[in-house]
Order: sequence, then structure tokens, then C-alpha cells
Amino acid sequence: MAEFLSYFRQDRLPHIWCPGCGNGTVTGALIRAIDKLGLDKNNIVMVSGIGCSSRAVGYLDFDTLHTTHGRAIAFATGVKLARPRLKVIVITGDGDSAAIGGNHFIHAARRNIDITTIIINNNTYGMTSGQASPMTPHGMLGTTAPYGNVEYNFDLCELAKAAGATYVARATTYHYVLLEDLIGKALMHKGFAVVEVLSQCPTYFGRKNKIGGAVDSLNWIKNQTINIKAAAVLPPEKREGKILIGELHRGEKAEFTQQYLELIARVQRTNPTYARNKGVPGCELNSD
Amino acid sequence: MRVEFRLSGSGGQGLLLAGIVLAEAAIQDGKNAVQTQSYGPEARGGSSKAEVVISDGDIDYPKATAPDFLLALTTDAYRSYGLSMKKGIIITDSTVKLDPPAEVPVVALPILETASKKLGRAVVANMVAVGVLGGVSGVASPQALREAVLHRVPKGTEELNLAALEEGLALAAHAQADVRAAVQTDAAHS
Amino acid sequence: MSEKAKLMQGNEACTMAAIAAGLEFYAGYPITPSTEIAEMCSEELPKVGGKFIQMEDEIGSISACIGASLTGAKAMTATSGPGFSLMQESIGYASLCEIPVVIIDVQRMGPSTGMPTSPAQGDLMQARWGTHGDHPIIALAPGNVKECYELTFRAFELSEKYRVPVVVLTDEVIGHMREKVVLPDPANYRMPLRAMPQSPAGYKPYAADPNGGVPLMAPFGTGYRWHCTGLFHDENGAPSSKPAVASTLLRRLNLKIENRVDELADYVAEGLEDCDLAVVSFGSSAMAALSAVRRSCGEGYKVGMLRLKTIWPFPSALIRRLLAPAKKILVPEMNLGQLAIEIERAAGCERPVIRLGKVNGDLFHPDEVFAAIKEAL
Repeated sequence: MAEFLSYFRQDRLPHIWCPGCGNGTVTGALIRAIDKLGLDKNNIVMVSGIGCSSRAVGYLDFDTLHTTHGRAIAFATGVKLARPRLKVIVITGDGDSAAIGGNHFIHAARRNIDITTIIINNNTYGMTSGQASPMTPHGMLGTTAPYGNVEYNFDLCELAKAAGATYVARATTYHYVLLEDLIGKALMHKGFAVVEVLSQCPTYFGRKNKIGGAVDSLNWIKNQTINIKAAAVLPPEKREGKILIGELHRGEKAEFTQQYLELIARVQRTNPTYARNKGVPGCELNSD
Repeated sequence: MRVEFRLSGSGGQGLLLAGIVLAEAAIQDGKNAVQTQSYGPEARGGSSKAEVVISDGDIDYPKATAPDFLLALTTDAYRSYGLSMKKGIIITDSTVKLDPPAEVPVVALPILETASKKLGRAVVANMVAVGVLGGVSGVASPQALREAVLHRVPKGTEELNLAALEEGLALAAHAQADVRAAVQTDAAHS
Repeated sequence: MSEKAKLMQGNEACTMAAIAAGLEFYAGYPITPSTEIAEMCSEELPKVGGKFIQMEDEIGSISACIGASLTGAKAMTATSGPGFSLMQESIGYASLCEIPVVIIDVQRMGPSTGMPTSPAQGDLMQARWGTHGDHPIIALAPGNVKECYELTFRAFELSEKYRVPVVVLTDEVIGHMREKVVLPDPANYRMPLRAMPQSPAGYKPYAADPNGGVPLMAPFGTGYRWHCTGLFHDENGAPSSKPAVASTLLRRLNLKIENRVDELADYVAEGLEDCDLAVVSFGSSAMAALSAVRRSCGEGYKVGMLRLKTIWPFPSALIRRLLAPAKKILVPEMNLGQLAIEIERAAGCERPVIRLGKVNGDLFHPDEVFAAIKEAL
């Protein structure tokens, strides 16, 4: 445990999350995955938007960028394209990524830019105390859906895949080993990688929907899911209504910043009169 | 000396590029030049207007306030801008209907036909127009006009555009007597 | 013709100046009448090793610019009114987090979609107060193509020096106008450099003199591992809702610019020392105004002219001084009096300020300003 504390800004702790929240589980899995891969702390930029999940970056000892609601991926796109050598990780929530930031999400997927995006999906807006989100299931309750949600939720993984993401996986806070494994694989992937994590909000979503506390919420999540490998050998009626977890999609497509660097090389070859802009600070970092 | 040009017609006729070439040629000859435009949402069709102001001194206001030369390639353009002219001359394409008549002298020249028939490409009417305006006004030397054409037209089209410019200069040379006569008649009247 | 005299468009001049200032990153979304800047950046930036990206909207564009700027890259976006409105959210972020970014706003008629191909100057107040909360901002207004170059370059200098978003307010006429420009010799220009800390040891990302000091900015990815947040934060960058922290931060941010009003002021004055009427204008309106002022002087009227090149911060004291001799003030602008309001505030108590607003999508004609001058006298 102690060795992982070095990844935290300990002067910023304790965190603001409620007892039983899933955000700590996901943050812990992310740190362990980074540690296991031996990634250089100084080479990582973590970006988040607004919401409970987005507070994670403030506690972590990297270059961290806590942005505005929904914009994390757009800021991250600037970081990554300006300095492709950096490992850029976005931590976002379901409201942040699927509602206000939905457009940035699908376009980053379309570009296949090398950003690892971890979506902590707790089916609600926790930070603002439990309103319905685009991931609140049909019929369930939120403070802005007091009679039951008449809208339908996204399948975020299908959305990411259709938009062009080249690594798509789903985990839960219940299936911790799988979670850490999938985050690790996403971090290794060169391209837009999405890990949706089904997570619990016992304070608002769980209580409002009478699911119970944190443990009940975890069981509620567990009972809805089925591993994609197990599902492959099950008869269709047993898969009916279940949410698949595991590695759901891997695509083959050249990564965006890599292609842009190749474009620069190509343009500079055919425009030899343009010397590299020597005086620009940071330009020397730009060769990768 | 401030000389103002207004080039008018329909979108897609390349009048903006014509204005740019005229302005650039004047700069080549050591003058000051400003080029502006107004345009609608249409990339093709609709109305289009480019203006060029050329001066030996500073140019404080960039738009044409009372053009010395109006080029009107369509009847609509003639009616929009020609009828309000109080001074200067109007150069129209031969196909433009001069109805109602303008208060200032009009010289009609086969600009569009020269491009489409003689040069075989309607798109170079704008460079024919540059030749006409440059030749009639004398704001830029033929050599400066040629250089400006070479600098501004798309690669691979230089020869065709230069030929169009020369045709325009030739039209201007032929029309010079008409222009002088028109200007003199106008001066005598006013 | 001198070697360097060129027929150059306003939008082109902005682009070339940005590249001369070391632009390394452009993110934008197409919008008339600014699009030429994006097109030119897409073509020119790769040649100097820079990056261009067309984002999914203007919110994404400026957000990506801020992300790039955090890594040490000089970043710029360009837009027009509707896109500028969308950018306001992240302009606030850049103001609070003190991240350099340059925004070219080629103004067109608004509100809303308005008249996309017509010039206007209705974003003057949006440039100042478009985002919520008290925030620092700098806005510069070129009056011709040459100044598009000079002021875009200066926008980078100021943005990097004071860690503040800088808006270059042009308009459809200046953006699309082509003019003879003699480009400055690059040797005479010192490329703006961002002040950086010496070492990560003990680095406090927001430590600065509370009286308008500018903290040192470490580029992301160089070992400083600092936290940047749009929440109010202490000098360590940690979120804080302590009243003293919030007040100290917000005051410092604003003093950063307010304390430097005189240094930032930039204007052209003509014949103000002894005039019955002063004409105050900016941008493309000032072209017609100057023409009318010169004609008035030629006809024996005592008329002076003040053209503002720095709009924000508004140099009130300086304007009060410059306009002191004038008995009346006329303010021609392509809006319904946004500059006039500030002129009234600065110099209006002792003399009438006459608003001459033009909002039909056409540039002022010198005759209109001349007629207003005669009527005022």
C-alpha cells in the first residue's frame, strides 16, 4: 500500500468522496496499473472535467489538469497533439463524457487520438446531488427524474466503437482484478482507448432508487453484468438483458498524432526552405 | 492622385482575383493599393463586388467612394452600381443592357466573348478585365500586370491567364480612342 | 518596389505574425469571416513543425489551445462572433488559470448568426465581459493590415508575459482587406518567451506578488507535476474555498492588468491639442473617421482624432487627458455605442459624447462621419 502513496499528493488528502463511493476503487486501479507498467510520472498528464470523478486528478502526483464541465477530452487533445510523447489520461464521469462533453468524446474517438479515457459511470450526477444523467437507466429515479426516467441511456462502449475508438472495454468496481487489467491494457494501447467503469453512488443513486448501501450497490452492478468470454458460451436467453464486461473491441487504425507527425515530416521534406523554428521554447520536445 | 475601381458582376467570375492582380501590379509599380470586397453567401452566382483604390500617397479610406472606373460584367451589376455614378467611366461587357442609360460615359467591350470564344475558356474573363482596366486606366504598367498575374494565378494556368491579360490590353488599346472621346464629351458637358 | 512590400490580407497578416511570434499550435473551427486564418495555419504550421487541428466546435478549439499552451506551446485560435460566444467558457478558464492564449476575433454582424459576411464592431463588450466573473483580459484592435501583423505579434508578447488571454479584435473589412504591407525585418523582433521556473524543487505554480504579480509557469511534461484547476486555488494550485485565498487570487489576477493600463495603452492621436471636436474610433470605423477628420480640417474646422489600438484594459485616465481640450466628442463605431459608453465614463462628464452607431452591415462612408462632424459643430 505504502508504495502507492507516492503517487498521491498527500497534502491534498483526505479526498472529498463519500464513504462507499467507487471513485477510490477506480483511482486505485489506475495507480496500480501505472505502477505495474512502470510509466514515468513526469511523462504523464492527467486531465479531468467536472464532477465527483474529475476530482481524482487533484489528489494524484502528476501534471494534472482539472478543466471545465465536459471539456476534458478537448483540453487533452491539445496536450497530446502539442506533445505527442506525453501519456495523456482522461478521468471523466458519465455526465461529463456522455452529456455536456459527448461531442468531444465521439470526435476524439473518430480521430483515434492516443488518449486513455476512463469513464466512471455511476448513472447519476453525484457532484450536484443525484440528477438524472444520460446513463441513468430507463425508469430509474434521479432528483430530476422523480417519476422515473422516461429517457433511455447510451451504450457508451457501442458509441465509442461506432465513433472509431480502437480500444473499448467495460469493467466494474466489483470486478476489481478485471478493472486493473483492462486499464493496464488501455494504457498500453496506441490510439483512443476507452474503459467504462460501472461504479456505485450509494449516497444518491443507490439511496434514491432504494438499492441500498455500497455493498448492495456493488451487488446490483455485479448482477447485471456478464463477462464477454462467459457470454460467448451461454445460450442467448441467459445473456438477455445483461451488460457485457471485458475487452469489447480492438480496432486497427493509425493513431492521429503519429499521422500528424508524419504529415509534418512529409511537408518539411517538400518545403526545404522552411527551417525548423529554432527559437521556440519547447520545440525541441516536439520531435517525437 | 487617388484612383478608384469597382469591379462588379456575379459570383464565380473571379472579380476578387482581378482586383487583387490589379492592386498587386500597382504595388509593383511603387504605388499604394488597397483591395476590398463584398460578397454574399453564394460561391457561384449572386452578386460580387471587388474594389481597388490606388494612390501615390497614403490611403486612409479603403473603399471606393466615387469610382473612377466601374467594371460591370452583368446587367444587374450595371444597374446596381452604374446608375448612381456621377463621375468616371463605366466599362461593361458587350452583353450588358444599358437600360436605363447612365449619366457617365460607357464603353462596352466583348470581355466575356473574348474569354469564351477567342481563348476558349470563359473562366479567364477576369484576366481579360484586368487587361482592360489596367490598359484604360494606366495605373500599372503592362509588365507589372504580367508579373502580378504570374504571382497570383494557379500553377499550370499561367500561359492561359497571360494570354487573357494580353487580349484585355489589346481591347483597351483599341478602346482608348473611344474612352478619350467619351471622357472629353463628358467633360464638355459638365 | 521594395523587396518586402507585399499585397497582404488582414487575416493573412495575423497568421504570418503569429508564426513569426513562434506559434506552435492552432485549433479552430471554420467561421466566416475568419476562416482564412485556419486555412493558412493548416498549410503553414506543419512547415515550421507546428500543429493544426480542426476541432468539433469553438469550445473544443480554445480548450485544445489551452491544453497545448500548458505544455509550453504558443497557441492561437481565430473565430467570429458566434464562435467567440462559445469560447467564453474557456476564456474564463484561461483567465483564472493564467494560461497564455491568443484569440483573433474577426467581427461580423450580430447578434446570433447575424450577417456573416458583413463587418461590425459589436464584440467590444463581449471581449471584455463575455465570460462570467471579474477577470483580466487584453483586447487589441488593429486599424489596418500592417497593424494586424504588429498587434497579433504584440498579442503573443503580452499573453506570454502576463499569462492572460489576449483578443485581437478585427472585423470583416480589415480581415479581408488587402493592402500594401512592408513586413518588418524579423531581426528587429524578439520572439516572445515565457518566463519559466528554474527547478521543480519547491515549485509553487501560483506563487506571486499579490499586487498584480505574474507567477512562473512550468510546462507540463517537464517534471514539475503541478495541478491546474478552474476552481479557486491557493499558491500551490490546490483548490480552496477559503475567503482570503479567493479574494487574494481574484484581486491579483485583475491587478495584473489594471496596474499596467498605461504600459498597455496604445493609440494614434492627431490634432487633439486644440480642437472643438474630438472623433474617437477604432478598427475599420476609424478609417472613414480619419478621412472625414482630415477633410474637416481642410475645410477649416478644428477637429482632432483619437484611434484606440488597445481597447482593454481601457485607458480611462489617458483618454481623459488626451480629450481634455475637446469641447465635444463624436464616437463613430459599427455598433450602438459600446465604445461610446466607455468614452462617456472616461471623459464624458464635462462635455457631450455623441454616438454615431452604424449597424446595417456596411462600413462607414467618410461622408457620413463628415456630416456628423458638421452637425456637431
